[in-house]
Amino acid sequence: MGDWRAVIMPEQEPSPDSKEFNYRYTSRSHMSPHNSFIETLPLFTSHNLSLFCTKENVEQCIAYLNQELATLGFPSFYTEEAPRELNLETILNCMYDLLQLHRKGLRMLEDMETQNLKSSSNMDHLYHSQVKLKDQLELSRREVISLQEKDRQQQLKNRTLHNLLKNEKEEIQKLQNIIASRATQYNHDLKRKEREYNKLKERLHQLVMDKKDKKLCIDILNYVGRSDGRRSVWRTGKTEARNEGEMYKSLMNNYERHHKELMVENIELKQVLQQMKKDMMSILNRRKQRPKEHMEDCSGIAGSDDEEDSLESNKENSLELSCDAVREQLTNSIRQQWRILKNHVEKLDSRASLVKPGFHDDDEIISRDDHEQEIEKLKGEIQQCRDMIKAQQQLLQRKGFEEERATWLKQQFLNMAPFVESKRPKIMKPQSALSISAEQEKHKIQSQPNMSAYLRPNTAPVATAELSPNTKFPPINSAASTETGRTVHLTPETSSKFAPKRGNVGSYDVKKNGGGAAHEKCRGTPKPSSDHRYYNGCSSLWNHSQEDNYLDENSLRSTNEPNCK
Amino acid sequence: MNFSELFKQSNQLCRLSPDGRYSAVCVQYRLVIRDVHTLQVLHLYTCLDQIQYVEWSADSLFILCAMYKRGLVQVWSLEQPDWHCKIDEGSAGLMASRWSPDGRHILNTTEFHLRITVWSLCTKSVSYIKYPKSCQHGMDFTKDGHYMALAERRDCKDHISIFVCSEWQLMRHFETETQDLAGIKWSPNSCVLAVWDSCLEYKVLLYSLDGRLLSMYSAYEWSLGVKSVAWSPSSQLLAIGSYDEKVRIINHVTWRKLVELEHLSTIRNPKSVIYKEVETCPHLGGDGLSFPPISTEKSSLFNSESKYEICQPPVDVPVVKPDPDRANPKLGIGMLAFSPDNQFLATRNDNMPNTLWIWDAQKLKQYVVLEQLSAVKSFHWDPCRARLAICTGSNKVYLWSPAGCLSVQVPAEGNFQILSLHWHPNGDSLMLLSKDQMCVCYLETAGEN
Repeated sequence: MGDWRAVIMPEQEPSPDSKEFNYRYTSRSHMSPHNSFIETLPLFTSHNLSLFCTKENVEQCIAYLNQELATLGFPSFYTEEAPRELNLETILNCMYDLLQLHRKGLRMLEDMETQNLKSSSNMDHLYHSQVKLKDQLELSRREVISLQEKDRQQQLKNRTLHNLLKNEKEEIQKLQNIIASRATQYNHDLKRKEREYNKLKERLHQLVMDKKDKKLCIDILNYVGRSDGRRSVWRTGKTEARNEGEMYKSLMNNYERHHKELMVENIELKQVLQQMKKDMMSILNRRKQRPKEHMEDCSGIAGSDDEEDSLESNKENSLELSCDAVREQLTNSIRQQWRILKNHVEKLDSRASLVKPGFHDDDEIISRDDHEQEIEKLKGEIQQCRDMIKAQQQLLQRKGFEEERATWLKQQFLNMAPFVESKRPKIMKPQSALSISAEQEKHKIQSQPNMSAYLRPNTAPVATAELSPNTKFPPINSAASTETGRTVHLTPETSSKFAPKRGNVGSYDVKKNGGGAAHEKCRGTPKPSSDHRYYNGCSSLWNHSQEDNYLDENSLRSTNEPNCK
Repeated sequence: MNFSELFKQSNQLCRLSPDGRYSAVCVQYRLVIRDVHTLQVLHLYTCLDQIQYVEWSADSLFILCAMYKRGLVQVWSLEQPDWHCKIDEGSAGLMASRWSPDGRHILNTTEFHLRITVWSLCTKSVSYIKYPKSCQHGMDFTKDGHYMALAERRDCKDHISIFVCSEWQLMRHFETETQDLAGIKWSPNSCVLAVWDSCLEYKVLLYSLDGRLLSMYSAYEWSLGVKSVAWSPSSQLLAIGSYDEKVRIINHVTWRKLVELEHLSTIRNPKSVIYKEVETCPHLGGDGLSFPPISTEKSSLFNSESKYEICQPPVDVPVVKPDPDRANPKLGIGMLAFSPDNQFLATRNDNMPNTLWIWDAQKLKQYVVLEQLSAVKSFHWDPCRARLAICTGSNKVYLWSPAGCLSVQVPAEGNFQILSLHWHPNGDSLMLLSKDQMCVCYLETAGEN
């Protein structure tokens, strides 16, 4: 029966050999929990159990198992009383214990596997960091070497420069010595030559004098009087003394003048200093009245006491011009005051700088933005105002022009009035078309050339011909009728021009009373209700009939003065 | 501004009389005396040889003409044209000749600086002064004409003698602490004598009238030293121009340096006004403004107009580098002059020859810089007011005053290149001299651009 071999179930046995563990781990590292589950599987497959125990070898199996478990420390299967009877309790206990053992074993395996993982990852990490550190170390070693090399080179350079400098200095010294020696040599030579020269000069002088040249003379017609008109004086001791005296006198005068100037300057400067001192004292006194530092207090007070004393003494001594003590006192006191003032100002400065740095920046930052915004705003406003001004200027120009034309046209109309009467039927037609905007175009086309013809000064006489038949005018063309028609035609337009000027309208009314229905109609229409329309229509007609550059102006005027009455 | 016609002259010997009434013009061996305003010839004198030096006496009554080659000096009188006087130095030769301030003595320096002969026109006396020093400014008279200082060299040492001019009496004689005296100058108040050493050493000594040493001033060692010296008209300031391109101003109270005025090659001071002369060539068409580099007189073929433009700093001043191997390098402050009202100081730095610097003498600061197209040949202050006349060898005369700057072309036919100029004593007119011609310029008003 026992032909069964001890089946080695290597997976179950907790092998103490770590290497084997590692190996196992490494080969199945990713699958260990699963693996442990797989490990447990063979327990539950009946495969192994069937191999171990069969119907024949039950007794042997039991005996074997008993033996094995006994070696492991478990109690025997057999009961105590009868050796062949199995103690089920003990068997079950053994089984249970084995199960527990197994579970513990698995748990331990798990733990060890995780620990293994951790330690291997640690090792990896350490390995990598070690590599990095080695690299760094290598790098820094190289750097150190290179810096050392540079340092060495610099030191070498320094040394060579030092040497150069030393050499140059030595050279300079040498050259200076050379120069000095040469200078003495030249001086000596020069003196020698000069002596020779002097000797020659003396010789020559003697020769010249000895020769007693007749030519050496002055040939003068007559002697001239002295420039100052006086006689020349013999040279005597008195004159010498007098000359000396005069020389000293002039020198003295010069010195005295100089002295006076310096004294005056001195006095002025002293006065300035006094003034300065007073000012400084007043400033510091003002400051003293407010609460301040103790240090300054003491010195200031002390100073002021001194000052008061010296001030009095100065007042006494100001008339004494240069007394040493007074002068020193003055300068010392001024120095003191100045020192106090300087300290004070410095303190103020430091305080100011402490208090205000942040504010300053903020202020500046804020105000700069504000500033820019304001500037933009103002620029926009300026532009708007400029545009407005331009527009108004244009308006004014046209207004002026139109006034002129209005007066001129008015004159024309006034002159033409009788013509208008006779041509009533013609008047009617164009007038009726007036209110219809569609026909305005026609009229526009008609009136445009007419208008321009009318507007030409040449046509003026036509209008006035009727007034004064005696006056000479160019002959009225056959187009006169059309012209009158034109003129009549034009009345509404001109009236539209006059419409804003109530005065004119009124006068027109008066003048054209005899105009008849046409005019009345014309008059009629500019009644309040249709006022606007009429005016607009007329003005539009007017617009069309006028040149382009008046277009804007009138439209503007219409917009500006909707109420033409 | 009116210009007279051109007159002939030789050697640029044209002088205006101190009273401002006459002008003396030399033409070869003739001396022409003209009235200043009408330019009418009043006298014509003929000398024995070509005239090499002309000087009016201080009272404008006499005029001397020196002929160095012949060793002759001829004196003419304006009151009596018939009067004549001839001084012959004979074999002693003649190097220089000048009037004394009283107008009655003539001081002749003989050749090799052997001696100075004092000839009197009043008496028959002749005086000799031995051992005069042969230097540029070895003799100076005080402004009031009472004293004369003369540099002498005895026993290889420099001495100064102070004479009283009225009797030619030696008043003081003292040794100076100079190595090689180069010049002496009285202060305008006649009380201080400034003495300076040669350019090998920077040393300025100040002696009082009675010969005491008041002070000594030395700015630096080893480098080339003093080039030019000028007193301010009030005697309060002494300006010393040196080879290091700086002017140092000394005050008369402590005789210490007040300020150092530097002539920088780049002007950065925003407060100084820089006038640049610019050529305007009208016939080139349109606004043909050109900025030519430093040009010589020969290149102004077109006789073009010019005007001044104001430049904003920083401005680079054209520098001409002097030859380091030659002696007397064109370097340093060679010309120096105070205005008569003490307001301004005009200087020229020799290695910036086209530029004239004007300093405010009250504030001791740079005031105006004038940049010309050609090198400044000479400049003179108006004797009465702060107005500066400049000539650069071109055909234009330049005027500057605090009101502005003006460039005027002389309307003359042909080439008239102004080489020197002289102011009339009352500041109303200018005498402009070219190589062989002379022109008088009448200034009507003091207004400029």
